[in-house]
Amino acid sequence: MSMLASDAFASVSLAHTLLLAGALMAIGIAGFLSRRNLIVMFLCTELMFQAAVVAMAGFGRWYWDFSGQVFVIFILTVAAAEAALALALVVLLYRRRSTLDAEAWTELRE
Amino acid sequence: MSLMALHIPKMVSGTPAVPMSEAIMAPELSWAGLILLLPLLSLVLCGLCAALRVKTKLPAVITTVCLAGAFLTSVFLYLNYTPPGDIVPLLGWINLSWGSGQFESFSANFSLYIDSLSLLWIMFVTGLGTLITFYASEYMEPDLGKGYSRFFAGVSVFLFAMSALVLSDNLLMLYLGWEGVGFASYWLIGYYYQRPTAVAAAKKAFIVNRIGDLGLALAVYLIWTTFGTVQYDELMTVLHDGTWKTAYDGWTTSVIPFLLMLAAFGKSAQLPLYVWLPDAMEGPTPVSALIHAATMVTAGIYLVARTYPLFMMEPVSLHVVAWVGGLTALLAATIGMAQYDIKRIMAYSTVSQLGYMFLGLGVLTSYGAAYHVFTHAFFKAVLFLTCGAIMHGFAGQLDLRKLSGLRHLKGWRITAWTMLIGSLALAGFPLTAGYFSKDAILAEAFVTQGPGFKILGWMAIFTAGLTAYYTFRVWFRVCAGPVKYEPGDEAHGDDHAEFHPHAPRFAINSVLVIIAIGSLVAVVPYFMSNEADTKIVGGWVADMVHDSTARDGVPGATAVAAKGHAPIAGSDHAHGTLLGMDPHVAMYWISGTVGMVGLFMAAWLHLWRRSDADAIRAWLRSHALIAWLPRAMERKWYVDEVYHALLRAPLWILGHVCHTFDRFIIDWIFVDGIARIPRGVARWLQPLQSGAVQSHAVVMAGGVGIIILLMALFMQFDWLGGLG
Repeated sequence: MSMLASDAFASVSLAHTLLLAGALMAIGIAGFLSRRNLIVMFLCTELMFQAAVVAMAGFGRWYWDFSGQVFVIFILTVAAAEAALALALVVLLYRRRSTLDAEAWTELRE
Repeated sequence: MSLMALHIPKMVSGTPAVPMSEAIMAPELSWAGLILLLPLLSLVLCGLCAALRVKTKLPAVITTVCLAGAFLTSVFLYLNYTPPGDIVPLLGWINLSWGSGQFESFSANFSLYIDSLSLLWIMFVTGLGTLITFYASEYMEPDLGKGYSRFFAGVSVFLFAMSALVLSDNLLMLYLGWEGVGFASYWLIGYYYQRPTAVAAAKKAFIVNRIGDLGLALAVYLIWTTFGTVQYDELMTVLHDGTWKTAYDGWTTSVIPFLLMLAAFGKSAQLPLYVWLPDAMEGPTPVSALIHAATMVTAGIYLVARTYPLFMMEPVSLHVVAWVGGLTALLAATIGMAQYDIKRIMAYSTVSQLGYMFLGLGVLTSYGAAYHVFTHAFFKAVLFLTCGAIMHGFAGQLDLRKLSGLRHLKGWRITAWTMLIGSLALAGFPLTAGYFSKDAILAEAFVTQGPGFKILGWMAIFTAGLTAYYTFRVWFRVCAGPVKYEPGDEAHGDDHAEFHPHAPRFAINSVLVIIAIGSLVAVVPYFMSNEADTKIVGGWVADMVHDSTARDGVPGATAVAAKGHAPIAGSDHAHGTLLGMDPHVAMYWISGTVGMVGLFMAAWLHLWRRSDADAIRAWLRSHALIAWLPRAMERKWYVDEVYHALLRAPLWILGHVCHTFDRFIIDWIFVDGIARIPRGVARWLQPLQSGAVQSHAVVMAGGVGIIILLMALFMQFDWLGGLG
């Protein structure tokens, strides 16, 4: 690890990473709640995922424990698989109703 | 006086003349189990016939053959048993033991108690059962392929249960048979289940009998808690030893006879539980003849005779039995006088004659009661069967005003003459079987000491006159006089002029003749010599009763027993006189005369001058002072109405109150009310479940927000201070 890099990162505190994670989470939630397009909503969930990942990495550094980063790797792998599934679902849903509007799917009410 | 106050001197312990424990185990007689097995086999086969929809007379043939087998087995058993009795073990049933003491075991097995009392009963039960089944094979013809198998299955159930009742060696098996005959009776009264009156009569019979059955159940329970056994031989040993006195002596010995009495009065249709029997005539006539005249209704007499020593311990109970019997005999006879339905007259006559039997038991002549059961079984069976033949031939006609002169009609002579034989016996015409058996009871009423027994005796003599009158009222109206008839409401077509009665054929006629001969021959046992004890009077039947548990009620024999037992207060067997003569001889003259008077009254009003009967009725009706009497008799003394007002109506109201409470308080407020809470909450929260993804997400996010807010408010985030 070079000095330059180490110095540059030394100024990044836990608060910075948590703030970044919080911002990502807020954007994700806001997008998920406000948009109707299934693909955009799915991308918003990905954003929330990344918020969790960033927080995890930040805590890992704070505690000087690599398990935080190990979790990050696992979560990214699972997220990739889940993204493949979710996009396939979106394609199927689109074939059924010819629309990507989330309002078209309200079968799960009481 | 309370029951306790009447709890007077019991028998002093002593050695009995004939200890009942002498009854010996006789496994070699186990073929006697056929008496129970054959009706059961017949039941199974009749059930198969019903399942296979047999349309022939096969069920009747099966049942008749099986019952004939049972009868022959009974006769053979009579020839093979050894007095004073045998116990035949068949099957183990209940054998419990939780110690070695007297009250620490309980056993009741399917064993047969073969003594002369059960043999007397089983012989006429199976014998008449066979004959009446054969009669029914013709009588039930209109139902071939419909209810035919069901009918004979019911008869088989009845014979099985009745045999179990009579032959059981313990009170529990007797109870089983007791309930079984009640069930068979219900089954067969309600045979015409499409007729609402038949269904109502079946229910009435069942429910009224349940009151009596409760008495029997309690009696069996108390007998066990008092004497530690329900088996006859052990019970009789205990009773005759007097060892029970040291083991247990309390109020139960006073209560047991009254509970047994309740059971007997229910089954044998005595006051106040007699009301079911007249209604039971809704069943097919062979059933009325077999179950509701000859056999089942005598089960109460059998029960009292079987447990006679228990009654002997509590003299008051025998006084009650005598009075209830005497009053029932009189009441039923007065009702029978004023009825028009001949089958119903016979029903009231049965109630009345059963009253005589209880009177006999009450005045300490179990022999007289048993002999009257025996003769009554024959003559009442023949009377019912002739009524059945008439009903069968005249399309259900039973009204004696609409039938006349049957003896002149072609094909009806056998019916008319056999009915005459039955009527003579019932009326107590001199030298008939009914004459001697009734006298055996009447004379003892004057001999035995008891409260008002003399009044009871005169009352019973008066009743005998009424009996002769109403019996011959039927015979003179229906069988004598000019030929005149109308068909009943089962006639086909509207034109009554076209109606031709169809006379009974071979099966009915042959059975009528056989049973009529039987009721004539039933007089013979009276003159047969006694083998067991030369001191007793009354011939073969007395001999039979003498060997059994009811031996204390055989005239003459009690004197022997009295050596062992102190005389029971107020009811000992002093041989008194009546009008300065031996009471039995005097009674021959008195009851013969009274019977003839009744008979001539009937002949005058219903044969020679029928118009006089109408004139007398009109005269009675026109005088307000006595007009109520014939009306009350015709309306059965309003007993049903009184029961309705006193019992049925309050119970109906109570039932409806409970129903309303159940419907509104339990169902509506509690059950439905509690169910309404989650439903209401759900309805309130329902809008949340819109199904729209975003709104769910908003709720979720809101929830998360609330959790975070709570954490921020209530948790200590000390560690956050170190961040940064």
